[in-house]
Amino acid sequence: MKNDASYSSVMSRKNDILKRSVGINYQEFEISPLAFDYERMMNSCGYSLSDVQKIQQETGVGNTPLIELKNITELVRSVSSPGKGGRIFIKDERANPSGSFKDRRASLSVYHASRLGYKGVVCASSGNYGAAVASQAAKRGLKAIILQEVYDSRKVGQPEILEKTRTCEAYGAEVWQVTVGPELFYVMLRTLEETGFFSASLYIPTSVLGIETLGYELAQQIMKQEGRFPDMVVIAHAGGGNVTGTARGLQKAGDHETVVVGASVDLRGLHMASDYDFNRKSFTTAHSGFGIPFLTWPDRTDVPRNAARGLRYLDQYVLVSQGEVFYTTELLAKLEGLDRGPAGNTSLAAAIPLAQKLNQDQILVVQETEYTAAGKLPSSQLTFAEENGIEVRQGDPKDNVPGKVIVIPERVEQIHVEELDLDKIRRSYVKHAIEATGMHRPKEEDILFLAEDSRSPIEFIRKTLNSLNIEVLT
Amino acid sequence: MSEEHVKSALRGDLVQIHKVILTPEQRSPDIPACTKGVPYEAWIKGFLLEDEARIGDAVRIETFIGRELSGTLAEVNPMYTHNFGKPQPTLLSVGMEAKKQMGRGRRSSHEE
Repeated sequence: MKNDASYSSVMSRKNDILKRSVGINYQEFEISPLAFDYERMMNSCGYSLSDVQKIQQETGVGNTPLIELKNITELVRSVSSPGKGGRIFIKDERANPSGSFKDRRASLSVYHASRLGYKGVVCASSGNYGAAVASQAAKRGLKAIILQEVYDSRKVGQPEILEKTRTCEAYGAEVWQVTVGPELFYVMLRTLEETGFFSASLYIPTSVLGIETLGYELAQQIMKQEGRFPDMVVIAHAGGGNVTGTARGLQKAGDHETVVVGASVDLRGLHMASDYDFNRKSFTTAHSGFGIPFLTWPDRTDVPRNAARGLRYLDQYVLVSQGEVFYTTELLAKLEGLDRGPAGNTSLAAAIPLAQKLNQDQILVVQETEYTAAGKLPSSQLTFAEENGIEVRQGDPKDNVPGKVIVIPERVEQIHVEELDLDKIRRSYVKHAIEATGMHRPKEEDILFLAEDSRSPIEFIRKTLNSLNIEVLT
Repeated sequence: MSEEHVKSALRGDLVQIHKVILTPEQRSPDIPACTKGVPYEAWIKGFLLEDEARIGDAVRIETFIGRELSGTLAEVNPMYTHNFGKPQPTLLSVGMEAKKQMGRGRRSSHEE
């Protein structure tokens, strides 16, 4: 019997379709409609860190070089106060098979899909993750369908995403190029239902466990080289997986002191589901349009319980502008001989002002780079921006206006980060958690969960609930 | 390549099909007006399964993973058109300025 393919009918079958396509019964981990046992969920697929390392070795993922950026460090010191300017290292994740850290996520999920007997994988991603899934599926002999939000209603495509279509097709995937809209989820559900394939969601446990090796490796590499753990790790933040996986990996290496900083490109003011705004942004990932909403409510996604939970691990969250990232991409090529993709340099741009506050003997690790190509280079992004009515000029990046003006800094000391108030984000998270789960009279177990999930004291949760006029059941 | 070849395709040719997945009325209620006002569309590539077809015809294709899909023939032998962009005046000086700042700036001959 053929299922009804109408929008409302497919959406109403959402839970059944997802349950079949990820092989996880999320109810097992639930304590209440709000609270769930996060660690039990993460351990439920049964992969230890050393299992993950072995699985990744089979497809050439991981063990990427850690490179000290001595020239950028010297440049940073030239504009820092005396004695300041921490040493900057970068993890060259571009050395992975499809050119980004996303191979770590895809490798474990695709392996898991194969082990469970699925014939193929479906993934909704316009970015490096789609390419990683296609690449890993090719290596493991699985079929891959990649769903990409590419075009606006004029069929004008974001160049970085057009490049991702090319690379996914190079790996033999079936690629759906769709127009702007959250209905991508509907297409995904229909595709999963039609094919019976595995959903290689970014938010299932395997997709986050796969990144733990990145944090683990970098902690070990710094330890081996310098005899201690890094002082700060800067991580590009979008859906939360990169922060979550890396921080968990640091902890598994025994590193509990390193300051974990998330960094996103500032695209505040642009609506992510807007056909008009779509081609007025130069960054399709690692931006605030994902970064902020995924912190304030991680479960706004394609699985009932998101394994990527950034608030649990972040010590600081900062924003940089598009122009600052393009400038930094140029610096990395000219001073360090590393021609890399701009989105992967979001955390490096943030590292420049952050390192200025560190002492010279302190160590900051930027934990990724990504490949670059036609469509990804700053030159192709800025050419496209100008074609879409964005003003591009040199000046003070503080004058940057997302969707209107991209300002390329004139000097390195103009790069700055805007630090967001994590407590404000935590309060918003609590509000969303109550609203989304309908738990208007939370119990003690819910308070404990909210405290753990937002890494805040129980008293903070009580005060926040109080300010929302929510009564706690005892 | 003749004009005729671009407008039509034979069985086995690489083509791109177009599909309207949702009309504006069928779309999600929770989206901005500019998005709600246009259809939700998709383009997919594969090998033509009809003996012969012209742009705009209803056709079936076999995708790269062997799935059969149907839609309207949109393009024949579609090309990747994204590129490296134009050199950017705002970025060209970044490396040289940084080296100067570090005291490593190379002076050009007319400055000596």
